[in-house]
Amino acid sequence: MTGHFFRAARALIGLSLLAAPVRAEPQFPAENAAAPTQSLVIGYLRRFENRTAISRLDLPAANDGQAGAEAGLDDNNVTGEFLGQTFSLAAHRLKAGEDPAQALADLEARGARFVLADLGAENLLEAADSAAGAHALLFNIGAPDEVLREDSCRANVIHVAPSRAMLADALAQYLLWKQWRKWFLVLGSHEADALWAEALKRSATRFGGKIVQERVFADTGGARHADSGVALVQKQIPAFTQSAPSYDVMIAADESAVFADYLPYRTWDPRPVAGSAGLVATAWDPSYEQAGATQLQQRFERRFMRQMTALDMNGWTAARMIGEAAAHQQAGDIATAKSYFLSKDFALAAFKGQKLTLRDWNLQLRQPILLSDGRNVVSVSPQEGFMHQFSQLDTLGLDRPETKCQFK
Amino acid sequence: MPVQVSRAAFALVLLVTNPALAADAFVSNEKGNTVSVIDVESMRLIKTIPVGQRPRGIIVSPDQKTVYVALGDDDKIETIDVKLLAVTGEFDAGRDPERIAISPDGKTLYATNEDSNFLTFFNLEGRERLGGARLGVEPEGLAVSPDGKLVVATTETTSMAHFVDADRRKILANVLVDTRPRMAAFTPDGKEAWVSTEVGGTVCIIDAQSHAIVDRVRFEVPGLRAENVEPVGINITDDGRLAFVSLGPANRVAVVDVKSRRVLKYLLVGQRVWHAAFTPDQKLLLTANGVSNDVSVIDVAALKVLKSIQVGQSPWDLVIPGPAKP
Repeated sequence: MTGHFFRAARALIGLSLLAAPVRAEPQFPAENAAAPTQSLVIGYLRRFENRTAISRLDLPAANDGQAGAEAGLDDNNVTGEFLGQTFSLAAHRLKAGEDPAQALADLEARGARFVLADLGAENLLEAADSAAGAHALLFNIGAPDEVLREDSCRANVIHVAPSRAMLADALAQYLLWKQWRKWFLVLGSHEADALWAEALKRSATRFGGKIVQERVFADTGGARHADSGVALVQKQIPAFTQSAPSYDVMIAADESAVFADYLPYRTWDPRPVAGSAGLVATAWDPSYEQAGATQLQQRFERRFMRQMTALDMNGWTAARMIGEAAAHQQAGDIATAKSYFLSKDFALAAFKGQKLTLRDWNLQLRQPILLSDGRNVVSVSPQEGFMHQFSQLDTLGLDRPETKCQFK
Repeated sequence: MPVQVSRAAFALVLLVTNPALAADAFVSNEKGNTVSVIDVESMRLIKTIPVGQRPRGIIVSPDQKTVYVALGDDDKIETIDVKLLAVTGEFDAGRDPERIAISPDGKTLYATNEDSNFLTFFNLEGRERLGGARLGVEPEGLAVSPDGKLVVATTETTSMAHFVDADRRKILANVLVDTRPRMAAFTPDGKEAWVSTEVGGTVCIIDAQSHAIVDRVRFEVPGLRAENVEPVGINITDDGRLAFVSLGPANRVAVVDVKSRRVLKYLLVGQRVWHAAFTPDQKLLLTANGVSNDVSVIDVAALKVLKSIQVGQSPWDLVIPGPAKP
């Protein structure tokens, strides 16, 4: 039996399991539950724009991210039964042109002080710097921008999403461990692509990779899913990637999802692809099953009838941070919660094989990063041998001595 | 644990009647969907028994005749005849049973249902559900007090040790422990419950009466980073002197002096060591090493690793029945 056949069969079995009615558990009353004494509203503020993808397998679900937050709230509520705490979600999706500051104020009016934010960098700062932001603790789950953790860091914004530098370092460590030192960097023509390319170049310098050439793939507005697209792409990509100096791996910087997924199997030279396609650094992958992750994957799939994405995981993680603060500090207020997150008592279990903690210099969550080929997790960074005097996790991303963050 | 309690009961008998012990170790292979059987005397794999999907928790009946294995993905418990080395039956175990335990009187079976946040009680004779207790998220660790009155279950994501009244099936106390508790074990005198915390990196020692955490065992393995030290399995000798704590990806078992709560030694075993079991004479401890797919054999008196034995894929837990009782 071939591996593919086996996988396909397993996928079908998986689907039929999902489709099967949820088996009825005997309902014994939770007579041990404590009477609720504390109820916490968690806000969820979401960007207007839809994320794009080349492969239809990667098109985001309507509740991408928010489902993860809801799953985290479910877990908090189970624990809350024993501690007299309940958690609920107040969600709002921005409309075109809507002021994020006003949206945050509206969420506060609904009782939310802890707010998960899936916003672009600009909108996130508008919300954080607003009058409402002064009474809120924001959890950035959707913006990888370095600037939010550096020059524009804010004392009321915790970064649950890994930064581009963390993702790039995670990938670079693995490629260097493989001794694939010579990188051919191809980047898109959008601003986010340039930022991602910048992070990858920094990682190359940091860990001893060499960019042998850099090319820009201009977005000329071609349709992603046009008829005859396959034939066009099949001709376009080899031409675009030919005549490169000798290289080990092609690195794609295409956050805008314009071309990277078209690179594998179409490059002029037979080389693996990493970065925005091929081997991808991510906070979560639906194939990941180490460190008890199977449990969370199954729980999520049963409830939402789909697989869990990295954005969902960031939502789950942020919700669980708030739950931990509530459980251990009875912290319904943001100041107590924040000081708990920064204390040595805070240790979040997030199925990554070690505790997650918070960097005090820029409020970034320390975390291992998964490297996925889209079917399986190939490795988890930090890689063995990349040492750090304080925490090996601090070999990922900008470290304390490098930071430009100064909280006002 | 009931298994150890019952072993204590017949240890004396063993001394008299059976000096050359022929014991088999039954190893649950989580990903192999098999149970490996090792002949302890020759330290060789003698049989691989196909079972249902995702076998994890594995125990033996107090009469030492039947092995029970929890099948997480089949929502079942299968029974294996210790003599026949074959599956003889199965029963519905509720959603995703992970660990199982039996009361000292052999009448009640307890199962932690990881996916449904439940501790289920079964009447073992009729194999029917009696009821249970709702717990926190991802119940796993399970221990029964030597007198059978208390059941302690741990919940991984909620990070609690739930103390449950075994007769009334009611929660007596919910103790917040360090992050991601995996296993619970009573000291043989029943006075303390030891709870390993995988991400917290500790063993929390809880007073069984007051339910307060009275101490913590911490582990510092020379040359290893703290984040690679993840305590999971706990096995305490019947004389209450030593605790063997499996440290997961540290690939070591810590030997802890129970009285002083200090680590005496770290023993290098296979990769990602989780659960372990003593031979009925307590002379050997066998550990299930999930990544290297083998079982390490530890000499308890010498505190030395003697051998490793290849088993199935992702060994998770094991049990070693003693001689059958009438």
